[in-house]
Parts: sequence; structure tokens; C-alpha cells
Amino acid sequence: MPSSTITPDLIAEHGLTPDEYQKILSILGREPSLEELGVFSVMWSEHCSYKNSRPELRKFPTTGEKVLVKAGEENAGVIDVGDGWAVCFKIESHNHPSAIEPFQGAATGVGGIIRDIFTMGARPAFLLDSLRFGTIEGDSVQARTNRRLLAGVTAGISHYGNCIGVPTIGGEIYFDASYNGNPLVNVFCLGTLRHEQIARGAAKGVGNPVFYVGAETGRDGLAGAAFASRELTEESKADRPAVQVGDPFREKLLLEACLELLASGCVAGIQDMGAAGLTCSTCETASRGGTGVEIDLDLVPKRAADLTPYEILLSESQERMLVIVNEGQEAPVKKIFEKWELPYALIGRVTDDGMMRVRKGKDVVVEIPARALADDAPLYSREAAPWTAPAPLDLTSLPCADVQSTLLLLLAHPSIASKHWVWRQYDYMVQNSTVVPPGSDAAVFYLREADKFLAATSDCNAIYCSLDPKEGAKAAVAEAARNLACSGATSIGLTDNLNFGNPHKPESFYQLRAAVEGISEGCLAFDIPVTGGNVSLYNESQHSSIDPTPTVAVVGLIDDRAHITTSYFKEAGDVIFLLGNLGDELGGSHYLLVSQGRKEGLPPRIDFEHEKKINNQLLTLIRADLVRSAHDCSEGGLAVTISESCFKKSKDAPLLGASISLGKTGLRPDVALFNESSGRIIFSTPAAKADHVEKILSDSGNPFHRLGVVTEAPELSIEADGVKYEWNTRTLHHTWSTALPHMMQVG
Amino acid sequence: MRVAVLQFPGSNCDNDCLVALRSFPDVTAELVWHQETSAEGFDVIILPGGFSYGDYLRCGAIARFSPIMKAVQQAADQGKLILGICNGFQILCEAGFLPGTLIRNRKLLFRCESVILRVEENATPFTNKCTPGQLLRLPIAHGEGCYTADEKTLKELEEHHQILFRYCDDQGELTTAANPNGSMENIAGICNRQRNIIGLMPHPERACEALLGGIDGRFIFQSMLDWKVKSEE
Repeated sequence: MPSSTITPDLIAEHGLTPDEYQKILSILGREPSLEELGVFSVMWSEHCSYKNSRPELRKFPTTGEKVLVKAGEENAGVIDVGDGWAVCFKIESHNHPSAIEPFQGAATGVGGIIRDIFTMGARPAFLLDSLRFGTIEGDSVQARTNRRLLAGVTAGISHYGNCIGVPTIGGEIYFDASYNGNPLVNVFCLGTLRHEQIARGAAKGVGNPVFYVGAETGRDGLAGAAFASRELTEESKADRPAVQVGDPFREKLLLEACLELLASGCVAGIQDMGAAGLTCSTCETASRGGTGVEIDLDLVPKRAADLTPYEILLSESQERMLVIVNEGQEAPVKKIFEKWELPYALIGRVTDDGMMRVRKGKDVVVEIPARALADDAPLYSREAAPWTAPAPLDLTSLPCADVQSTLLLLLAHPSIASKHWVWRQYDYMVQNSTVVPPGSDAAVFYLREADKFLAATSDCNAIYCSLDPKEGAKAAVAEAARNLACSGATSIGLTDNLNFGNPHKPESFYQLRAAVEGISEGCLAFDIPVTGGNVSLYNESQHSSIDPTPTVAVVGLIDDRAHITTSYFKEAGDVIFLLGNLGDELGGSHYLLVSQGRKEGLPPRIDFEHEKKINNQLLTLIRADLVRSAHDCSEGGLAVTISESCFKKSKDAPLLGASISLGKTGLRPDVALFNESSGRIIFSTPAAKADHVEKILSDSGNPFHRLGVVTEAPELSIEADGVKYEWNTRTLHHTWSTALPHMMQVG
Repeated sequence: MRVAVLQFPGSNCDNDCLVALRSFPDVTAELVWHQETSAEGFDVIILPGGFSYGDYLRCGAIARFSPIMKAVQQAADQGKLILGICNGFQILCEAGFLPGTLIRNRKLLFRCESVILRVEENATPFTNKCTPGQLLRLPIAHGEGCYTADEKTLKELEEHHQILFRYCDDQGELTTAANPNGSMENIAGICNRQRNIIGLMPHPERACEALLGGIDGRFIFQSMLDWKVKSEE
């Protein structure tokens, strides 16, 4: 074995602590080679090992009778949707690369999650994107940078998703100064498969050949996993080589080839080369298979002849897979690779000694027990700072803003304004199955082969989480479940993307722990399993940590196509109901942000019993054909929710209006119109059925208010405590729909 | 009617076309791999949307050299119907089956949305179920759909009634606002002089099912079916 001098500096450069290095010495019983040090460095990075978060993640409820593959078992979880069909889904972050190089960072984020899904044997069906950027208004350098990041990330997602032909059908975008310099790019992918098609990432069968297929290995993305496990600094730009370059065309070929391969029955195990590339895929497959894997780097297809073993092992070149083939079935496998014009090579064999052994010709450069590398990563229970609840808002010290103009300000806030500018850059229709495109509460996708309708949404209000991490995380789950109910769907599974700051900071670690507890509570309440997810820590820039952002993406099933519901009012004369209470919580609200520039107070409290009741109530009404539209009440409160329901679904549909009376509320008008209390839904019902609906609701005991009617005149009027506020919905719509494009045209 | 849907590496609307076609009675539709050299036995050839060869070099520039393009030439010579959708339109232009070219959208951004088309000609195999001036609502999804040609070509297209569809507003007016990509003369789809080859940027296969928001694409496929039946009578 070639020896190299491992200095303390070299160890530190690899992001390993002296204690971790001692652990390496004891695993190996000798000094590691440079290559081995590199392998440990990436495998024990937070990105690959979850060493700081794993003890917390164990708190998630992950079981359920519909769970076919559990969280953490494989690349992504799998949930049964009936009749022999299943869905496989996961969300993953690409935050750090996107901060440095937004286009490629976002593009390869899409590529990475799509690979995770087809590695499971599933055909990728659709994508969602959950994005966060710093503020984009104005002419400051910061705002211009953030606009460049938004444009770049959007273009990157568009480039990769559109080309590979997987529709991007939903997601969400928020803007907040806490993301200056550290945007969040979380990409969700769902794939569909038959139960018997579930593929495993295990190196089974001693003696089986190990094939490398896909793009040649280059120097791009060297040690990206380690890069993603550090804070972003001024010097991070020098890490640009750690950002990979994506080739969606190659991945499209790889996708089709892999699905054809898996259908052939010749494959014993399959694993994508994502973070930590060849290193991670070899040692994880060996670890899962309880076997060893031996490969020869001389056989790996390369883009440059002079790549060192260290570089080959740590490269994160995209669009590559490791395929373990049943011995004797090499010929049909090669034929499929050749049909799809993919570079491939037989690079090694499955062994029985449990070692990840890497040769370069005759020389052994790495020899590490695979299980120790994959499963024995150090685990840290970090210190969590004790948390003190923020002071509740003192309304007496809070001036009441002008209600009339504030609604316009809210609708023009980029977090609330129409995201059409973004999503019309995504091909959200390819695959001919998008029933409800982006813009409604949840996207709805038709799984044609199984005649089933899937709904999906992603949610997280990070202002709430910054004020109260646990309550904020609960709110994210509650909102997602409510969005699905508003679309006519029952939630079946959740995947989470935990975006936080440096876990060594006790306040950041508390946020992580509290968010996990909050999500877990929500999942238990709604009886939905966590099927997996991703942790992104060290989201810090020169300025500060990001607001804690535990994004959840939830998938639901709609029983019958007649139950698919959208958020838009359908016909004048329909009666508008509020299911839930009028609410009175302004803490953490967008009203407070927009009118006072403040992020303060206690965010809305979540009562899961109430949430469940109103979701079930709404679903009962939808299934009884009594609901024409349903829209979840969230940022901006009732006034924004009702405005959005007046807005048209497509550009040539007529704009409707609404005449609303809140009656005697006893609340200040700003509180009545803009509070963000949870557990509220605005729905409309045909006039002829309104009394029937009212009776059902009265009998149910659920809180509700019959608010008014949809009007043909494009005017919104809201009366509260004897005072009437009026807007032209054309003005509201114009404000809402042009805000983002106007901002993006500046500078 | 037997339809071949060509499958180039990087095609991604191939299956969408199959699904749409199979919703018509009396249609059999099959994928034909780009390495094939014959499309014997098919009445219609469809070049579907997507990113053939990753759209590297230029959209359609590499696909035109695929072995299957010889079969397309043969079918064209025999007067069979050939329909290029989106990337398929780009390939047909690159291969010289249709005049002009498709360049990047005016604002340089990919656009996916529903647009309105005005049917300019109905005496063609692809539009005979439409009335002249009829408005069709079809989706677009492309980054390079700006139809461009020199003045002489445009004049010839006009003279020979080869412009089949133009982007318009909901009143049928050819406005700049209704033109999603900056195409010259609001051109969305054209045919060759013999009227058996058509290319268009919008996706008729994505508008064949009310569930997905529209069925105006059926006019185009139904026209082709009827034309085939009539031509056999």
C-alpha cells in the first residue's frame, strides 16, 4: 500500500476532528492512505453520515401498514397506493452548490433526486421545488444578487427537468433576508412503480460482476459532500469546482437504460453515484448487502487520463450508476447499455470479506471494512440551547395599518404574489398527466396506468419556525395536510428537508431538535409516516444563520376524479364558507412583516385535533359533491385567501368577485382580515346546496361561518363590524400577478 | 390508421403521443427506435417533442442524421403524412423538410403555457376538421420556438398557403402580446408545399383529454384520420 504522510493539517483540511482520526486509526489498525483519508472524510461528512442529526431523526414515526420500504433503508421510501402500485418519493437539498453556482447547482439537484428515484426501480413522475431566497426588491447589491440567484436557480431547474421530461408541477418559494447569500433549493421527486419492481441498493451475490455505467468520471464536484457540510464564506467561491455540472440528456438515457435493465431481471443491486460518488456507492452497496466490493480504478471510464486515485474516488461527476449484475447475465446487460449509447465498464466484483477494496491495477489504494465506513460514522448529540418563547404581541403598541392598502402590499409581497413567472419556465405538462398545474393548493397528477390521482404539496413557513421552531414545524405539517384536503386528497406519506444553520451552535441544534419533534407530532396526529428525507446543516453565510426551514412535502391520494378540487371560485352565486374560526393570531404574520417590517410574536398555535376535524369535514363535503372550490387560509390571512380564490385559473377565464361579511367579530380590522390562525379553509358551494351544507356543518359541531357569495362583478367587498372594505379584483389580480415579473426586470 | 412515433435518444413526448393517439378508435400507434431504417407499413410518422440528443449543437441538428431519417424521406416521397411536434418541428426544419428555422424565444426564457392558435388553412390533411379562422387552445413548452425565415421564404409560405397556424389572442387578433416566442408573422405551424408534412411548436397531444384541460388537439389528429379514410375511398 502506498504510504503518505498524514499530517494534522491534512486531517483538518479533510474536515475530520482529531477524535474522528483516532477512530479511523482504530478501525484500520494502521495509518490511512491519502485516498482512505479522503474516503472517510466524505463518508463521515454530515451530508453522507448525518452524524449530527441521526439521533434526532430516529424520533420520526416511519412505520405504517402502507410502508413498503422504510425511511433510511434505501435511497428513498416506498408507499403502497393499492392495486399492486406504489409511489416512491423523497426531497433533497442542493443549497450550497446553488449559492455558488445557481444554474448548475439547481440543475444537478434535480438530477440527483431523479436518480434516487429511478434507482429504486420507479419511473420518475413529477417534481416539486421548495425554494428560499433573500429579498429581491430594490436596487441594493444584495437584492441584485438574490435576483440573479432566483433567475439562475429557476433556469437550472427548467433546463434539467424539462430536458429529462419529468414535469415540475408544484412547490413553493419564500423570500426573506435570512436567506441572503444562502438560498435553499430543495427538490422533491416522486416515482411510480409496481410492488414487484422495487429495486435494492445492495451488493448481493459473492462473485457477481460490478458494472459502472454512465458519464465518464471527471474532476467536477470533487468532495462536494464535504463542501456541503461547511458554512459558506467569502472564500466559498474558490469551491466552485466542488459544484457539479449536469447533463440531463445523459441522465435521460441512463434513466431509460436503468428501467429497462431492472425490468430484464439481470440486476442484483443498483446504486446511483451521488454525493461522494464512487466511494459512497461501493461502500453502501457492500454494507447493505453484508458483503464486500472490490473495484479497479484503472477500469473506470475517465474524462482525463491523468486523474489520480484520490480524484476518481471523490469525484461527484453526475449521471453515473453502479450496477451489480447476476453472474452469467452480463451479455443482455451490455446490450442495454449499448442500445442507450452509455459508457460502461466492468470494474469489479462482489466479495465475501466485507471490505471495500479499491485497486489501481495491482496496487491496493483503499481497504476499509465497508460496514464500519457506512454505519460506524461518529454520532454526536450536540448541545441544544434552552429556548425561551418570544413575547406575545402587544396589540396596544401596534398601530392598525390601513386595511385597504395593506391587502395590496400583501399581494405584492413576493412570497405571496403569483409565481407564474417562475413556473411557466418549467414544463409542468410533459407526460400528459398533470391534472392540477402549479398555482392551486396542491398539484394533482394522474397515474394513468393505475387510474389513480396523486396530490402533492410542499410547505414551510420559516418565520413561524424562527419564532417557535416546534410550533412552526407543526404548522408546516398542518398546512401540507390541509392543502391536500383542499385538493380532495388524503395524506399518505411525508418526506422532510431539514434546513438549518451550524449544528455546533446550540440555538441551531435546538431548532433542529424541536422541528423534528414538531414534524413527528404532526405525523402521529395525521397518521402519516415519514418516508425519508434530507438534512442540510451549515446554512450560514457571512450574515447569520438562515431561519430554520424544516420543509415538508406530503403526498396524498384522491379516490375519485370527481373529487379533485381547486382553490378558484367557479361560478357567481356560489356561497362562500369559512370552515374553522375567524382566528386572531397576528404573531409571525406576513401582515406584521409587510406593514411594520417585523418578525415578532408567537406564531399561530397548532391544535391537531381541530386540524384533523376540519380536514375530514371538508373531505366529507367534497365526496358528497358539495364543494366547488377550497383554499387553505395561510400567509396574509382571510383577505389574501379570498382574493386568491377570486383569481382566475387561466388567463382567459373571467375574474370573479366576492361579497363577504364577517359580522360582529369584536376584533380590530387588521386582526380580523390578516390574522394567520391555523386550521381554516375557505370553500365555495353551489347556491342551491348552501343551506344543506350549513345544516351539515351546524350538526357537526365544527366551527364555521357562512361568509357570503361569489359575484360576477369583479369586486371584493369585506364587511367587518359594520365597516365595509372594497377592492376591484382586477386591481388585486394585477398587483398579485405582476409583482414578481416587475421585480425581476429591474437590474 | 397505423402511426409510427419516432423515438430519438432524448425524445420525451413519445409516450404522450402514444397515449393521445390510442384514445382514437381505429388507430394503432407504435414507437420506432431511431436506429431503424424503415418505417414500412405505417401511414403516418410523428416526430415527437423532447430534447433529441440533448439539443446539443442546435435543436434537431443531430437527430437529422439518425438512420430513421432515411425512412422519413422515403415516406415523404410517397406522400405519407409526417407530423413534427415541437422538437419534431425543429428536426424537420433542420433536415430541410420544412423551410425556415426555430431560434430562441424572444425573451430567452423557456415558456410553458396554454396559447391560442388561429387556423389559417383548412384544406390540408392536418386541419380539415377545422373551419378557417377557428381558434384552438393548445399548450406550448419550448425555449426555442421563435419561427424565423428570410423574406423570400415568408412570401412563398404565404403564396402557397403553407402557414397553418398563427398565435393570436382570444379574439383571433395576431397581437404581439399573444405571440409567446417572437415568431415572425406569429407563425406557430407550417406545412410543405405538397401539404403532407407539417411542423408546429404547440403540442396537440397534450390537448386530447378534458381531464387535462382541453381537447382541441383532437381536431388535428381527427383531421389526419379522416384524410386517410377519404384518401382510401
